[in-house]
Amino acid sequence: MDRARVLKTVEGAFLREDLPQVAPADLVRVHFKVVEGGKERIQAFEGLVISVKNSGINKSFTVRKVSFGVGVEKTFPFHSPRIEKIELIRRGKVRRAKLYYLREKSAKESRIEEKREE
Amino acid sequence: MKTVRYGMIGEKVGMTRIFSKDGLVIPVTVIKCGPCYVVQKRSQEKEGYQSLQLGYGEIKEKKLNKPRLGHLKKAGVPPLRFLAEFRFESVDGYQVGQVLKVDGFQVGDKVDVTGVSKGKGFQGVVRRYGYGGGPATHGSMFYREPGSIGGTDAERVFKGKGLPGRMGRDTVTVKNLEVVGINPERDLLLIKGAVPGPAGSRVLVRKKAL
Repeated sequence: MDRARVLKTVEGAFLREDLPQVAPADLVRVHFKVVEGGKERIQAFEGLVISVKNSGINKSFTVRKVSFGVGVEKTFPFHSPRIEKIELIRRGKVRRAKLYYLREKSAKESRIEEKREE
Repeated sequence: MKTVRYGMIGEKVGMTRIFSKDGLVIPVTVIKCGPCYVVQKRSQEKEGYQSLQLGYGEIKEKKLNKPRLGHLKKAGVPPLRFLAEFRFESVDGYQVGQVLKVDGFQVGDKVDVTGVSKGKGFQGVVRRYGYGGGPATHGSMFYREPGSIGGTDAERVFKGKGLPGRMGRDTVTVKNLEVVGINPERDLLLIKGAVPGPAGSRVLVRKKAL
């Protein structure tokens, strides 16, 4: 009768275990399904993960990219069935969990992320 | 009391979210619903109306008093924590002692859920009744007060006037909630949206008769 455990079993059916773990500063390409004019197609969104929030079924992450000079951010529910796949392009090394400071820094020079050696 | 097509006693487990087939997030309340026992049948002939008294929640025998225990023994069911009456539109198919399960509900059903809301304590009139209060600035000195509670000609305060006091812990029914999932193995009912009361509290789930 452990209530938290019962909730976990309900959520368990919806968790995506096929996706790679994403972390802040990762460069990713997210393929997700969009419905456009009644038709479904897959759209890719490539950018830098600037935040990962919550855990379990509530987990979400925000991807930021600069498109034609305009910063674009998209937040995805990590376990959404709409996500077709996540491609990990590069892992970055940062010392904080939320990279919101990149929004102000968007000049190319200040946006350098180092690769992490495993 | 509304007649029901199906009804059960359950226990609120808590809230979470699930994804629909289209990938939309649905907020759900998980209710552990049943197994419920039919404890008593009320009939047109004897009581003048039809209903079923259901019981839920097995507990130790010593937790119940003797009259309650005798009542349950008569029905041949284990000691139960909660009893509630549901006016089923037809009680013919049910026998005393029968077990009701969540599979009486279907995904897509609209149900009414009754529970006892969380106690909010002693609250003022702004929170309790939604009074507007006064302006916060410009030296108003009148912030969250009820203001005038009546005129001088009445020489009394009318009944039902909203004043500060204990809020919450009321019986609340939320109507037309959608059943979005059923798990018969674990006796779980997934209902879209919020349901009154804290986790672990008793709720009544009713599927209305048309």
